[in-house]
Amino acid sequence: MNIVVCIKQVPDTASKIVVRDGQIDESGLTWILNPYDEYAVEEALRIKEKRGGKVTLVSLGPSRVLDTIKSTLALGADEAFHLNDPAFEQGDPYTTALVLVAALRKIPYDLIWCGWKGVDGDYGLTGIYLADMLDLPHVSFVVKQEIAADGKSAVVEKEIEGGREQVEVSLPAVFTAQKGLNEPRYASLKGIMAVKRKTILEWSLKDLDLTPDQVGSIGALTEVVNISSPQARQEGRILTGSPPEVAAELVRLLHEEAKVI
Amino acid sequence: MSNDILIVAEIRENNLKKVSLEVLGAGQEIARKLGGTVVALVLGNGVTGFVAEMEQAGAAKVFLADSPALAEYSPTTFTQVIVKLVKETNPAAIFFGSTAYGRDLAPRVAARLKAGVASDCTGIEVADGRLLFTRPIYAGKAITQVKLKSDPQIATIRPNIYPIPQAETGRNVPIEKLEVNVFPGQAVTKAILKPETQELDVAEADIIVSGGRGLKGPENFAILRELADALGGAVGASRAAVDAGWIPHAHQVGQTGKTVNPSLYVACGISGAVQHQAGMRTSRVIVAINKDPESPIFKLATYGIVGDLFEVVPALTAEVKKLHGS
Ligand SMILES: Cc1cc2nc3c(=O)[nH]c(=O)nc-3n(C[C@H](O)[C@H](O)[C@H](O)COP(=O)(O)OP(=O)(O)OC[C@H]3O[C@@H](n4cnc5c(N)ncnc54)[C@H](O)[C@@H]3O)c2cc1C
Ligand SMILES: Nc1ncnc2c1ncn2[C@@H]1O[C@H](COP(=O)(O)O)[C@@H](O)[C@H]1O
Repeated sequence: MNIVVCIKQVPDTASKIVVRDGQIDESGLTWILNPYDEYAVEEALRIKEKRGGKVTLVSLGPSRVLDTIKSTLALGADEAFHLNDPAFEQGDPYTTALVLVAALRKIPYDLIWCGWKGVDGDYGLTGIYLADMLDLPHVSFVVKQEIAADGKSAVVEKEIEGGREQVEVSLPAVFTAQKGLNEPRYASLKGIMAVKRKTILEWSLKDLDLTPDQVGSIGALTEVVNISSPQARQEGRILTGSPPEVAAELVRLLHEEAKVI
Repeated sequence: MSNDILIVAEIRENNLKKVSLEVLGAGQEIARKLGGTVVALVLGNGVTGFVAEMEQAGAAKVFLADSPALAEYSPTTFTQVIVKLVKETNPAAIFFGSTAYGRDLAPRVAARLKAGVASDCTGIEVADGRLLFTRPIYAGKAITQVKLKSDPQIATIRPNIYPIPQAETGRNVPIEKLEVNVFPGQAVTKAILKPETQELDVAEADIIVSGGRGLKGPENFAILRELADALGGAVGASRAAVDAGWIPHAHQVGQTGKTVNPSLYVACGISGAVQHQAGMRTSRVIVAINKDPESPIFKLATYGIVGDLFEVVPALTAEVKKLHGS
């Protein structure tokens, strides 16, 4: 089974996000694999281990993305495509999906995994966009999957508010991973050593038969008007006294002052 | 293009989601500024009964797609119905609730219409005849305002941001039945699996009592449940509690859990790591109960109690019960 995982490099979730001149200051950031893509990669590897096949990574982004591609290959993925071109910069989920789709048309797949969202822009759009552009079915927020023996369909569980939905889907399809799907592995020393022997192919705009007006800020359908830091919360109040005293005082404040209960 | 705003109502298991009414209220406010009206689409099987609810909540017109072909949810089938209606009526914007349903459908509809999406919005304004969407990014560590260059302007709106419009009976608005001719989907929901105990989901709750590693073990979530029950709220958790296996992931609040926006968030034995804050910092009132006065959670708290949660939480439950006279 050929499984493709679209992986996004994002700032470490512990990063302090600094807004300078209406832009995110990227200078102090450390970059990691998007946490939801970690679940996607892990699940792809588990499917490969069970059924055989190949796990291919696809990532769009500047040169810094190469580190994330390598560390993900170290987990056990077989090969990677790095979609890198200055024209791709300042795009949005729509142009990202467009570029990924151009690449996916050149790569064999039976199943495509994405994360349900990137924890940078918090969009949660790219995977479903690309499913529709490829005319494939999709299942989002996947927390469990079982592929039929013939590899032509799957029964999938997705997380919804207050429960799960059981979905029957034909393959190929796009799945977007939600936390709870699995426990991602760490890279082994052997895995890290093996990266050297794996191919990472770089594809530019030209390789993908795209034109500059389709991608980047020109092709983007979203226009960022401004970026700001969230307002600091007002200084709170510490209540003191014995547990029954503070409890009584808190309930009074919540009822009379804050009026939330 | 009209100046109307189309709301897609979410109905699950014969219930209209509260967020659909909130989104209708948002649509009404924005449509007024655009010089249009808010219209609603009710789609599913056996959903005719929900038309009145949309009507009473302020929809100027309700489209009804009621068909056995929509009995099981499938993003592609539902998308066909929505896209057909959009092509016929050319609304200025389409709003969905930012739920598993809205987040699944909005990008699929948008892809079909070659349109952008402002996802998980916390505010919408009108500027020069276009919509200006406010959305938190980096888990709320930054806020952006975005416009969409494409039409219709598509957005998903977070629950608990807009108030539910006051229901008004006796309104009599046009109702248009849509013919449903759809291809069967290739990804079809066959069943809804529910946990044995039906609990309020944190994403939809107006009051949340959350527990972290300070709870020491799964059995102690019972103490929080009692408080949550007394308050009529839901139980949330930090990732530490979820990863320890004390409570399922559906309860997790934070960057890799749910983003919540309740009027009251009570954090018990949670230190307040940035990834946790990411999910709850916009709560209107935050109460922190923690025995370490240096915990970062106190920086966010409206009211802080430095103390042992095993003493404070039961005392609180007792006080809340006293207040509610039970
Ligand atoms: C990629 C990534 C994503 C993440 N996503 C999330 C997420 O979505 N949500 C999330 O919550 N975390 C997330 N985290 C984890 C986060 O960094 C913290 O590790 C986690 O939030 C800590 O949980 P905690 O506050 O329960 O535990 P701790 O930090 O260990 O805090 C426990 C607190 O309990 C207090 N305490 C102990 N005993 C008592 C008592 N008897 N009475 C009162 N107080 C007591 C202690 O003083 C302490 O402050 C993520 C981390 C990463 C790397
Ligand atoms: N630049 C990218 N390269 C590869 N995959 C991406 C990229 N951006 C988004 N994705 C995929 O789409 C998912 C959702 O991202 P987003 O729509 O940005 O929230 C991610 O979890 C990835 O699987």
